[in-house]
Amino acid sequence: MRYVFAGAAVLCACATVSVAQASVHVQPYHLQGPRPLAEQTANAVVQDYLEAWQTLRGALGQNRVDTLDRDFVGAARDKLAETIQQQTKLGLRTNYQDRSHDIQIVFYSPEGLSIQLIDNVDYDQQVLDHEKVLTTQHVSARYVVVLTPSETRWRVRVLQAVTE
Amino acid sequence: MSPVRALVAVTLVSAALQLAAQSGLTVPKAIEAGSAFSVQSSGSGQGTVYIVGPEQVLKRDVQLGSTINFEAGSLYNAGHYLVFLSGSADTATLDVLPAGKIADVSFLARPSRLPVGLREGITGAVYVFDSYENLVTKPETVAFELSTPGGAAQNRNITTRDGAAWIAMDSSPKEGAAQFVARVGGISTTRIIGQVPGDPCGIQMTAKPSGPKVALETAPVRDCSGNAVPDGTVITFTENYNGAQTTVDVPLKRGVAKVEMPAVPGATITVASGVVLGNQIRWGR
Repeated sequence: MRYVFAGAAVLCACATVSVAQASVHVQPYHLQGPRPLAEQTANAVVQDYLEAWQTLRGALGQNRVDTLDRDFVGAARDKLAETIQQQTKLGLRTNYQDRSHDIQIVFYSPEGLSIQLIDNVDYDQQVLDHEKVLTTQHVSARYVVVLTPSETRWRVRVLQAVTE
Repeated sequence: MSPVRALVAVTLVSAALQLAAQSGLTVPKAIEAGSAFSVQSSGSGQGTVYIVGPEQVLKRDVQLGSTINFEAGSLYNAGHYLVFLSGSADTATLDVLPAGKIADVSFLARPSRLPVGLREGITGAVYVFDSYENLVTKPETVAFELSTPGGAAQNRNITTRDGAAWIAMDSSPKEGAAQFVARVGGISTTRIIGQVPGDPCGIQMTAKPSGPKVALETAPVRDCSGNAVPDGTVITFTENYNGAQTTVDVPLKRGVAKVEMPAVPGATITVASGVVLGNQIRWGR
């Protein structure tokens, strides 16, 4: 199935605004599964996912577990919360600044309760130990992401960097 | 601070930086989640090694020049990590891959109840995880099985893609609770799907005199696969004569519907359930 992104420009423009300097490219999708994906749903998923990155950045940069619940659920939320607890215990903070996203939606489950996407993301990772900058690195990673719907938005249930 | 002390301090800091600059790490490119691994450090003196990713963080004080052993279970969340020494410009990366063994299958099956004989009416989607809740992204074969007691089972194997697989299956011709099983890597998850009879099929009624009335009764009402339609299903009897119409709705009781209607010679009596029509009787003069 082709995803005609007449809305792509709109989506990318919106995404660019919402995630500061990160550039966003959404590829036409080639879905597994029998369920058609409405353009409105696809836009909402991508937008909510990009906002989840903002939440991730704030949570890991300020060691705030309480901000996670809006955008993360299940294992993804638990793992990030655990990382924040580890950072707090060790006196660390990590700033993640996403620079670009190349997103493709790959699976919409038949019952409509999960969507999977692949994101080739570039981000800067800065690690601080007791407010001293230890390193700043540019990272390119391929993420597999699973989102599930909640009352008002799609929330990230799996966020996992994978090796190609 | 005196000039001498300042000079000593600068010299010490300079020496420490030099040491750090000379130190480095040899890090495996990838490990399996939860497995033991080692990092070889070079240089001398004390240092701190950091392993940092969104998924997990480790920090350990080390003796430079030694092998740093991380025991099994210390790094278990799959992801992409930076590995570096304090004060060193060198940074390595470490990929943690999902463990090879499947430990959990997330299985979404829909619907929980549907009519028999519905083509591709049952769908299932699975995500496969290891024991650390990492999505297992390498291809795995998922064996789906849909079985109804007394009926033939449907079996299909699907290979996961990025940790996910899905299937659509037909509901069986026989009513009853079907077991829908997804099995992968020795782990199986079962969902129960209620398969209920479909719409009535070929409703047949008979008529006989009953005093001033006509007694109507259906044969046991079944769906097109031969399953008994549940009691409570409404059967509608309609009598037409000379432009006048009498309609009576009767719920099935013990599989049949019975009613008495006015015996009007020449009347036409029909039976139906929803949009499904049965036979028609013309009552004799």
